[in-house]
Order: sequence, then C-alpha cells, then structure tokens
Amino acid sequence: MAEPKVKYDRQLRIWGDQGQAALEKSNICLLNCGPTGSETLKNLVLGGIGSITVVDGSKVEVGDLGNNFLVDEASLGEPKAKIVCSFLQELNDAVKAKYIEEYPDKLIETNPSFFSQFTLVVATQLVESSMVKLDKICREANVILIFARSYGLAGFVRISLKEHTVIESKPEHFLDDLRLNNPWPELKRFAEGFELNVHDPVAHKHIPYVVILVKMADEWAKSHGGRLPSTREEKKEFKELLKAGMVAPDEDNYKEAMESSFKVFAPRGISSELQLILNDSSVEVDSSSSDFWVLVAALKDFVANEGGGEAPLEGSIPDMTSSTEQYVNLQNIYQAKAEADFLAIERMARNTLKKIGGDPNSIPRATIKSFCKNARKLKVCRYRPIEDEFNSPNLSELQKYLTDEDHSFAVGIYILLRAVDRFAANYNRFPGQFDSAMDEDIARLKSTSISLLNELGCNSATLADDLINEMCRFGASELHAVAALVGGIASQEVIKLITRQFVPITGTYIFNGIDHKSQLLLL
Amino acid sequence: MADTSAQIQQQQPSRSRDLDKLLLRPGNLVGPRFEPGAELRDDLQEFAKVLVVGAGGLGCELLKDLALSGFRNLDVIDMDRIEVTNLNRQFLFRLEDVGKPKAEVAAKRVMERISGVNIVPHFCRIEDKEIEFYNDFSIIALGLDSIEARSYINTVACSFLEYDSDDNPREETIKPMVDGGTEGFKGHARVIMPGITPCFECTIWLFPPQVKFPLCTLAETPRTAAHCIEYAHLIKWDEVHRGVPFDPDNPENMKWVYDEAVKRAELFGIPGVTYSFTQGVVKNIIPAIASTNAIISAACALETLKIATECSKTLSNYLTYNGSEGLHTKVTEFERDKDCLVCGPGIRIELDPSITLQKFMDLLEEHPKLRLSKASVTHRGKNLYMQAPPVLEEMTRSNLTLSLFNLMGKLPKDIVHVNGMTSKNDQKTSCLRKLRVVFKGIDGVTDMDTAGGA
Repeated sequence: MAEPKVKYDRQLRIWGDQGQAALEKSNICLLNCGPTGSETLKNLVLGGIGSITVVDGSKVEVGDLGNNFLVDEASLGEPKAKIVCSFLQELNDAVKAKYIEEYPDKLIETNPSFFSQFTLVVATQLVESSMVKLDKICREANVILIFARSYGLAGFVRISLKEHTVIESKPEHFLDDLRLNNPWPELKRFAEGFELNVHDPVAHKHIPYVVILVKMADEWAKSHGGRLPSTREEKKEFKELLKAGMVAPDEDNYKEAMESSFKVFAPRGISSELQLILNDSSVEVDSSSSDFWVLVAALKDFVANEGGGEAPLEGSIPDMTSSTEQYVNLQNIYQAKAEADFLAIERMARNTLKKIGGDPNSIPRATIKSFCKNARKLKVCRYRPIEDEFNSPNLSELQKYLTDEDHSFAVGIYILLRAVDRFAANYNRFPGQFDSAMDEDIARLKSTSISLLNELGCNSATLADDLINEMCRFGASELHAVAALVGGIASQEVIKLITRQFVPITGTYIFNGIDHKSQLLLL
Repeated sequence: MADTSAQIQQQQPSRSRDLDKLLLRPGNLVGPRFEPGAELRDDLQEFAKVLVVGAGGLGCELLKDLALSGFRNLDVIDMDRIEVTNLNRQFLFRLEDVGKPKAEVAAKRVMERISGVNIVPHFCRIEDKEIEFYNDFSIIALGLDSIEARSYINTVACSFLEYDSDDNPREETIKPMVDGGTEGFKGHARVIMPGITPCFECTIWLFPPQVKFPLCTLAETPRTAAHCIEYAHLIKWDEVHRGVPFDPDNPENMKWVYDEAVKRAELFGIPGVTYSFTQGVVKNIIPAIASTNAIISAACALETLKIATECSKTLSNYLTYNGSEGLHTKVTEFERDKDCLVCGPGIRIELDPSITLQKFMDLLEEHPKLRLSKASVTHRGKNLYMQAPPVLEEMTRSNLTLSLFNLMGKLPKDIVHVNGMTSKNDQKTSCLRKLRVVFKGIDGVTDMDTAGGA
C-alpha cells in the first residue's frame, strides 16, 4: 500500500478516493494569516489539499506569538505570510505552498483578476467593505468564497457563491429505499415465491422481513380497495396482523417487520424537497447548464414517465434476518431494478445533452450511477450576494431572531460584528481596541448598532447592553481557541465544498463562545 | 476623526496582547468570581496546572490551544506511539516521528514553538499512575477515544470529591474535567464539575454499547461483508491458530483475515469485502479528520480557560456538534444522578471496629453493589494494601491482618477508596469505588449518618 493511502486512511473512510482526489486538485487562497486563517489552512494542509497561497502584508509581532502557533519567536519582524507558509509546508510536503506579502484589502482593490486562478478563497478577518468587494470579484470569476472571522469570544463563518449542488449529500438518517409501499412487479413476484404459513420453523424464521411486509401489504390492499393502512387504527391493526403471523416468540424477522411496518405506511412518490429541485427553473437546460442540472432534467422526465412518480431505485438493502441465499437473491432483485432505472436515466441524459448541443458522452457513467443512487438526497445550496444581505437582510427573519430568546445573543453578535466595522470606518480603531477609551467606545458602539438596526428596518429593536459591553471588552482581539474553532469550521466547509460531499452551511454561522449557544442565521 | 491620541498611546508589546483583553478587563457576562487584572493572568500562568489525557487528535490540539490560552504548566499522558495513520490530523507529528511515544513528541513540539510553556510528558497507561498524581492538577482535559479510559479518569477525579455533613460537595475537593470526543464530522464537548454537574458515569447512557453480530449469523447465515470479516476474525482464526491470539496491529494477521473473508464472501456471493473495510471492521476504526478535532478541542480549551479564570460564562454542560449536514450545535443541560456510585457521596458501609483489612476486602467481594475483587485499598492517599507492583504488595501485605479501624487512624468514619476488578456485561473491568466507612459503636457516629447512596 502506498504511503499517502495509509496516511489519509482515517479521512478516506469519510470522503473516499474521489473526495481526496478533488482536494488534491484544488487551489486555495488564504487572505490574512492570523490564527483564524492559519488554523483553517493547517487543517487543510494536513488533509492533503492541492496547493495554497497565503496572502498577508503584515510582519510577525510579539502579540502574534501569543495567539498563532504557526509563527515563533525566531520569526519576529519577518513577513507573516512567509513564516506561516513555511510552517504549513513542514506539515505536508505533498502540498504546494506559496505566499504573497501583500495586504488583502489592497489586493482586492488593485488586482481583482488575481483571484480567478483559485478554486476557493478563504477570506479571514476582513472588514465589511472589503467583504463586499471581494464577493463581487469571486462571484464574477466563479470562485468559491468563504469568510471567517474571530472577534473576542465571537465569530462567524459565511459561504458565498451563486450555487452549490450536491449529489453525495450523505445524510446520516435517511429512510432506506425498499419500495414496500409501492413494490414493482419483480419484487412482488419474488415475494410470491414465499409461503408465510410454511411449516418448517427454520424456514419461517428466515423469511426476510421485506417479503413479509410486501405480502402482508398486498393482502391488506386486496381487502381494502387497493389502499394501504393510513389511519392510526389501521396501522395498529396491520401490526397486530404481523404479530399474529409469528409462530415462535424468537422470530427476529417478524420483529424486524413490525419495527419496519412504517415503511409500508409511508407516502409514495418523491419528497417535497426533491419536488422543489425538479420545479427549479434551472431544469430548463441549455448549453450552459451544469451536468447536475442536465441530470435533474433527466430525473424529472423519469419521475413523470418510467418512474411512475418515483425516483430511480437506490438498489441497496439493509441487513436483515434471512438465509444467505434468500438475502443475496433479494439484493439481486433490488440491484436489477436500480440498474434498469439507471439505464433509463442515462438514456434521457444523453438525449438531453444531444438536444442542447453538447457531447452526449460528456457525463461519465459513474457520475450518472452515483446520481441515480443518490437521487432522493440531492441538495442545492444558494447564497445571496453579501452586499444584498448587508443592505436588505430578510427582515422577517431578522425580527424573529431579535425577539427570540435562543437567538438573541447570536443575532446580537451578527449586528455588532457589522457595527464594529462601521465604528472602525468612522473612528479609525475598533471599539475597545485601546484601554483608554472604553466608556466612550461602549456608548459609540451602542449608537452605531442602533442606527444600523434602524437602517435595516428594525426601528424599535435594541441589543442587550451586556453584549455591547462585551464586544468592546473583546477589543478586536483574536483569541487562539476561538480562532482554532472558527478556523476549524471554515476548513470543514472548504472540504465539503471541494469534495462536493455532505451539505455546506447555508446562511451565516454565528459562533457564540460565551455560552456556546451558537446559531445559523438565514438573512 | 477623534482619538488619534489613543492610537499613539500604544500598549507595550506583549505576547498576551489578545488574551489580556479578556483577562484584564471587567465584564458583565462572566463567572461570579471573575477578578480581572494582571494578577489573574499571572496566576493563570504560574499556578494553574492542567493535565491533558491523550496526545492524539484531540490531545495535540488541546496542548497547542491551552499553551496559547495562557496556561504554562501542562502535563500530557498517553501510552501510544505515533502511527502513519495519525498524520492526517495529529499536526505535532511528522513522518520521521512514527514509532516514537506520542506524549513525548507532542510535548517537545509545543515547547519548541511556545517559549515559557512547560509540558511534562508521561508515556504510560493512565492506570499506571498513582491516584494522587491526578490530584496535582487544577483541571483535567480529556482527549480520548475510549469509553473505558474516560470512565477511569472520571472515577479518579470524582474520588477526590468530599461531601460535608449536609451532603454538599466541598468546593476545594472538586476536580473539574473538560471532555471532548469526535467521530467523523460529529463531536461533543462537555464540562464536568464533580458534585455539581453530571459526571461521566451519571450520563453513561450517552455512550451506547457497540452492537455485535450474533455468532450464529456469522457461522450460518452471513449476509454482509462485515459478517464474512467477523467470521474470519472471530471464528476461523481460532480454529486455525489454536492458542495464538489475533494481533490487529500485525499486518500479516490482518491479511490472513482479509483473505479468509474474501473466500467466504465468494462462497456465499456477498460483495464488498476490501482490505480497508476489513481493517475498519476488525479494529473498529473510527473515521477522524483534522477539522472536527480542531473544533472540539478548541471548545474544550476555551472552557478550561473559563474554569480557571471565570472570564466568561461556562458551558452548561454538554455541547453536541454535527457538521455533516450544514452545521448543528446544541447545548444540553444534563442533570446529575444523585445516586451515582462515582460522583455521589459514596456507598456507606457499616463495619465492626474489630474487622481486619483482609476481612474488609472479603466483604467487598460479597457486597451486592460492589462485587469487587482483587482490591487495593487507600485511605487519605495512604496505601493500606496494594495488589501491585510487587514491591508495594510486599510492603503492604502485613496490613492485611491488622484492624482497619486502627489503620484508618481510629476515625469513627471516613472515606476509603478501593481499586479492583468488577464484572460489567460479563467482562472484567477495573474500577475504583468510593466507600463511606462507618464504624459501629464508636463515639461521634449516630443513626443520623444516613446520607448518601447506601
């Protein structure tokens, strides 16, 4: 076994070779390498990200030694970007690491085309005005952008890009795709091959529960005008019937059938979440459409026609009490159906590609296979431009957060993190940055936050004085533990975005290090 | 543009530049005994002593985070050596460190980079240390991946806890713990204040036991790749290698199990047996990534700083984290189990003053709540009898025939700690128990002493 495979073993078990390959191909830019930025990259470099470019214009100061592990005493006075970059290189020599000694704000101002070379930009500790400018640049260039900021015991992480689509969303709890409420002919026929009243007790206790439920549901439907149990009483009755079918108390297959009976009661067809994706205007594909939307168009076609209202079958079954032979046969039934569904989707997708003037073979089979297997779990994440959110946040959500006890600190931090930037723009320092002007700063931050709330349309809203005090106490400090946490989240989001697996954060994640009641705000 | 004077009046450059904002300035959202000032910072640096248990994914992060959060006196204990599979997250280790003790390399690396920090490594099992070793720390931070190890440290920390006559915990005996754990994109961080917030044992149900496959499934009706692997690992291995234990760290052993699993899978037409999956099943490998470890450790380090300084509110008391689908964090305030054997006031045992230490130990084996064999007994940090090491056993053996009452300094009642073996789910596990020994008929003891979980 090659060394990298062993080294990355514990993460390959999460995102697999494909996810790892995507990470190794990516090119990441970090803006500002204080502890928040340094910790973000540290986690990514360890995981084997392709290449990194560290951008920072400052020199290592004494204060940096107390909050950033990636600089040390010997590097005092040296360019911070250079020092951080060389330590990161030491962590993993497979990563291509370089640095640029330049202030990010200046780069954003003078050289916007610089950013288009990257897969993703992690922008840390930027003030509002720079965030807005960078967001426009990255959207224009189709570069993924993640903002991260640590501020005293508070912080935030916000992703920005037009759209992120996920095939392998890998939800933890998701109903398996057994079609017990809507079996196709081959599954019905397979079930018919079993006799529930079989006399051999060994055979009886090895009938797979899928078979038990398909047969019992069929019987029920016959005596109920084709309907499945739907009312509470009917469901209870159905379970009683299952129980009555047991011939010995130790029959695990019947216990499994009772526990899984809800799968018979579940509504047929696709989820409302998937329906929303099928209804999206992007389904009207043209030559500029992404593979994802071409496949969704095929899926929509499939659901409406061959699928009879259902998505393609996933094709895998959970373990269940059964003899080996019957289990393997059952698995084959599911796999055959999944394969047939896949072929239908593939045909539709290739036709669609031809229709929009593309190469009909441009989407690899493996991608289509994965799409079919995960069709019920597709995700589409969209992000508002930062400027839109800043100028006109979702007012009803904002007002809800402001009056909700669980959200009050988080939304307070959100507003105050914006207010400190306004404060800084006006007074050339962050509130509480210097000991001498604390009282004055508290009063000024309070009025700044009130006028910001007014501008956003929350006229009567105020923030807790304690929180305003606290924000001044923080004085724009970047505490290592907070930076490690915020940077940890930022790196996790980078991984999800680059591997196109799992679901990235939508909205703004506000870190509340005071009592850890952090929140996701959708504004 | 006002206040340019404030910018001119720059503060002295200090390593503590950022931390000082939190430690030197008064605040409203802080702990009840927060006393901001340079003294607080200096005391933190000089007197606070934290033990980091585990120098793995969490431990490496914890050491760095604590060293950059004002702590200067740290110890780290870990029995493991560095492996290649650690390198994707345990950032203090390099390829050339593989095979070296984790605790030693981790301590060295952090001290090299952060001057003024002293980290003492302990390359040993947590059980190898005397109980009193653990009493030397202000706070214990746990970065572990095993329930057994957490349970052990928890029991040790709770053994220092004393209760007053009203069954209220005596504050100076509370040994705070901060515990983190991760699995893939998920994790938890919690604060344990023995006697005040639930201890690990109070909420042991949060860690459900691992599900094992029935042997008959493995032997007769395998259906999945895991069944084939476990058959090779648990049944076939013993059949073929009679008496030779399977060593999961031996690549040849692993390869053998893999080959056997492949054969069985082919025989039954079962797909999915790979070498990597075989390792995962046999070693029960928990997937681990740098980011989750960083997040959970940082939360733990932050709470450690808060416990030491009260510079903010404390996590109360359990944070769950899940980053796989968006990001979900939740704080739950769990409740103590008042009858908890570990952090509760202890099991009350009434004894005749004439009882010998040996007879007392026999009693422990019979006691329905204890069933504790091979006991080592300590009283106020003094070893009354030790099963091991042999030197100590020999030194304390003569105590066995002496009266326990005399050995305990003729106190009418006191706490005794016993360390030994007990059965849990048919498995022998080591455990430590706290007993409230009361001698019958001695002045000062009345029937009023009925407190506790007896």
